[in-house]
Amino acid sequence: MDFTRFFSDLYTARFALLEGIGMTLIISGIAIVLGTLLGIGVALSLVYGGRVQRFIVRTFLEYVRGTPVFVLILACYYLLSTVIQLTPFQAGLIALTVFCSSHVGENLRGALLALPKGQTEAAKAIGLTFPQTFAYVLAPQALRQALPAWINTAAELVKASTLLAVIGVVELMLTTRQIIALKPRPLEFYFLAGLVYFLICFSIERLGRAVERRIALPS
Amino acid sequence: MSQPVLEIPVLEILGLHKKFKEIEVLKGVDLSMATGDVVSIIGSSGSGKTTMLRCVNLLEDFQQGSIRIDGEEIGYTAAPERRRRKESEIARQRSMTGMVFQQFNLFPHMTALGNVTLGLLKVKKLPKAEATAIAEKWLERVGMAERRNHFPGQLSGGQQQRVAIARAIAMNPKVMLFDEVTSALDPELVNEVLNVIKSLAADGMTMLLVTHEMKFAYEVSRRVVFMNQGRIEEQGAPEQVFRNPQSTRLAEFLKNAKF
Repeated sequence: MDFTRFFSDLYTARFALLEGIGMTLIISGIAIVLGTLLGIGVALSLVYGGRVQRFIVRTFLEYVRGTPVFVLILACYYLLSTVIQLTPFQAGLIALTVFCSSHVGENLRGALLALPKGQTEAAKAIGLTFPQTFAYVLAPQALRQALPAWINTAAELVKASTLLAVIGVVELMLTTRQIIALKPRPLEFYFLAGLVYFLICFSIERLGRAVERRIALPS
Repeated sequence: MSQPVLEIPVLEILGLHKKFKEIEVLKGVDLSMATGDVVSIIGSSGSGKTTMLRCVNLLEDFQQGSIRIDGEEIGYTAAPERRRRKESEIARQRSMTGMVFQQFNLFPHMTALGNVTLGLLKVKKLPKAEATAIAEKWLERVGMAERRNHFPGQLSGGQQQRVAIARAIAMNPKVMLFDEVTSALDPELVNEVLNVIKSLAADGMTMLLVTHEMKFAYEVSRRVVFMNQGRIEEQGAPEQVFRNPQSTRLAEFLKNAKF
């Protein structure tokens, strides 16, 4: 292996690579934020919603969770574009957000249901309204409970973003392939991409554990 | 001790009926308490005593009858038609009573102080300094001032229950409700909680207690109510109820109860 040549190719491709990494981080980051918010809505509907609301959300959830992310991405791009004009970025963002919300929703639902009934009763007993009970009593406990799985979801999402290459979102994976088309060093460049993904996911994991430790309740 | 006739009862339960699906657990309960009254409800499990207490706190709905606190009809409108009140209204009425639970139900993610101030800040909307002062006063009163910054997980059962008492009473309720508050405690921790309740009773707090601690009920109550199968079977001064039961069921119950 000729490393000098590789590094010179890498140097030539540096801006493209950085842009690719940037796109991966941006689209994953936005999807995590939006997906989490939507996921909170999903969980609330499942736990506190009326029958109709529960049925609709549950159907949506089953559909999303029973579909490969890859298919979800294609569906968002090709199916939705029959209705509205979407850029690959927008379609990809929708797909990842939906994917994220299904995981967060299911996970948070479990966490909420696992809270002892006595917590709600105690909150009611001192006169808190339901929104207050949720905000000050239930959510802080459920979110703590849901955090480990949420960290996993975030890392999964970054990995799932590689599939966006198929609809032409120029994130790290597609960038790498484009670079390889010009500078045919697949081994080195794919390895590099793998390393970057690993570092991103590893950082998320570490950061998550640090947060977990910080908010852990003393006992 | 006879109460003046004109005084409005602080708690008045009239013809309370409660059904869980088809099963009728309260079959017309009447109970009236004056300010400073301490009433213990005894009876076997399934007699409806806890359910009645939970109705007073509106944690259970009820199908017939009325509950008044300080003359105010709670939970439902009486006229022109019986309708459940709005949730915000119910929340406000709940804060007129203070409830202490068998399982403490402290909020595990908040310190002892945080548990007590939550209602003061969010329900009473007091400024933080004032809420903290009130909370500290009550934590002091239940002997938990030193541990105000401890989380529930760092406290013993008895300590948690004392914090729970402070949390309820800090809201300045008209009536305190105690639902078998020592049943989940290790035997050696029971007394520290009972002593707190006794001292609150001595201070004139109006209290309605469901308890299995007969000796405690005897010592602390002004009146003891025996419930059986969803009805009040017998009530009276503790000496009378415990030493001279009229109904055979009460006599039977007392024979098997531990003192």
